[in-house]
Amino acid sequence: MKFAVDWDKCSGIGICEALAPDLFEVNVDGKLELLQGTELPDDRIAEIESAISGCPTSALSKRI
Amino acid sequence: MQKRTEALVVVGASLAGIRAAEAARAGGFTGSITLIGDEIHPPYDRPSLSKKFLEPAVDADAIHLTTTEELEAKQIQLALGERATYLDTAAGVVGTEAGEHHYSAAIIATGSAASTLPWGNDLDGVHTLRTLEDARVVRKALDSGARTVIVGGGFVGAEVATAARKRGLPVTIVEAATVPLVRAVGNEMGSALARLHERNGAELLCGIGVAGLRGNGRVHTVELADGREIQADLVVVGIGTRPATGWLEGSGLVLDDGVVCDAGLRSSVDGVFAAGDVARWTNTLFDQPMRIEHFTAAAEQGRWVGRQVAGHMPNEPFVAVPYFWSDWYGDRIQFVGVVTDDHEVVEGDLDSQHFVTLFRRNGHVVGALTLNGQRQIMKYRRFIADRSAFEVAVAYAASKRLAIATREA
Repeated sequence: MKFAVDWDKCSGIGICEALAPDLFEVNVDGKLELLQGTELPDDRIAEIESAISGCPTSALSKRI
Repeated sequence: MQKRTEALVVVGASLAGIRAAEAARAGGFTGSITLIGDEIHPPYDRPSLSKKFLEPAVDADAIHLTTTEELEAKQIQLALGERATYLDTAAGVVGTEAGEHHYSAAIIATGSAASTLPWGNDLDGVHTLRTLEDARVVRKALDSGARTVIVGGGFVGAEVATAARKRGLPVTIVEAATVPLVRAVGNEMGSALARLHERNGAELLCGIGVAGLRGNGRVHTVELADGREIQADLVVVGIGTRPATGWLEGSGLVLDDGVVCDAGLRSSVDGVFAAGDVARWTNTLFDQPMRIEHFTAAAEQGRWVGRQVAGHMPNEPFVAVPYFWSDWYGDRIQFVGVVTDDHEVVEGDLDSQHFVTLFRRNGHVVGALTLNGQRQIMKYRRFIADRSAFEVAVAYAASKRLAIATREA
């Protein structure tokens, strides 16, 4: 599945990192780093959906 | 899992409530879902009210948590502007000012209410900051160049001070305790964070209470308990909150600073759950009951109880590492876990722009507070979630210092 980041909304709050630390990491500048990109196998869908709905600034979204 | 084709009533249409309703539907609940809220607005993001929303010209739609289309697609009915007045657990009814809602499962997500001062509430310019209406008025006052006095040195107050200073406006924070944020982060850390105010041009007065507010239609003076007077065009009252359980008196639910729940967010009555600010549950990760007023708790607990209603994980505990963040004058404060008296600064130092402090209980790391530690905070959260030995987290901090030192060598 694919997802997108709205970089204007992302402020590095880190809930995505808490949910899936091998996919998301807030770096030393306080910015989000995507450790495995934005296209992931289907077995990660549940975690990505949790990250999408858990983001306090709605910076993550599904991509078709 | 049995799929119940009955009626879910969620009382409280903010973050916990909407997440619960969505999760019940997504989890396979096929009955009716009704989301009742006493505010007229569809669910919106309350933490934004002291953050993004106080910036000039932000529009209310930007903070909504869902859309009419999404609610229709998920067949979630909204009953807005409807205050819940009683819960009849024998009959399975939530009573509101407008009527009755029958339920087979109910989720209490009525949140908390801002405490107010005993006087001054009849004056213009005196506000708690809890609702969209409050935030609009506060923002307008800041846009007009208000001289602000904030009563209470908590996080909401500090965020309003941040918004005032961002506009270059004068602001004074009056905190009754000698140190702010003692319950949230402890005495020493509270002092360290308090220094951020003076560093950024906000005046902080500690160990002094407010004795009265004076005005002529609109507030103009704050009277302190020691006789001093401060001029103010805007007074924001951030002195604490209380869980909204008054309407549940006599319902049969056990109430004690919130709706008392077991480890799975189940109330004392079958079929009734609680989530968000109103829920006091046993967090087995810390072996203690707690009630958390954070964004993440509302979202995660709401989602959890929604899934429970849909028949998932009936006997599992809801386990969480509490987390909050707050942005003060461009610096970010983050905290995970719980606070104890036994703590150690393991990165940076308390007078600098960056530090990490770890909290210990029974040899384990149970909490972490960071200032501008966005890179580290979730690593420490992991140690806490794993119940790591304190030394393990300290060693991690040391290894980071070594890595940085080596890079800089």
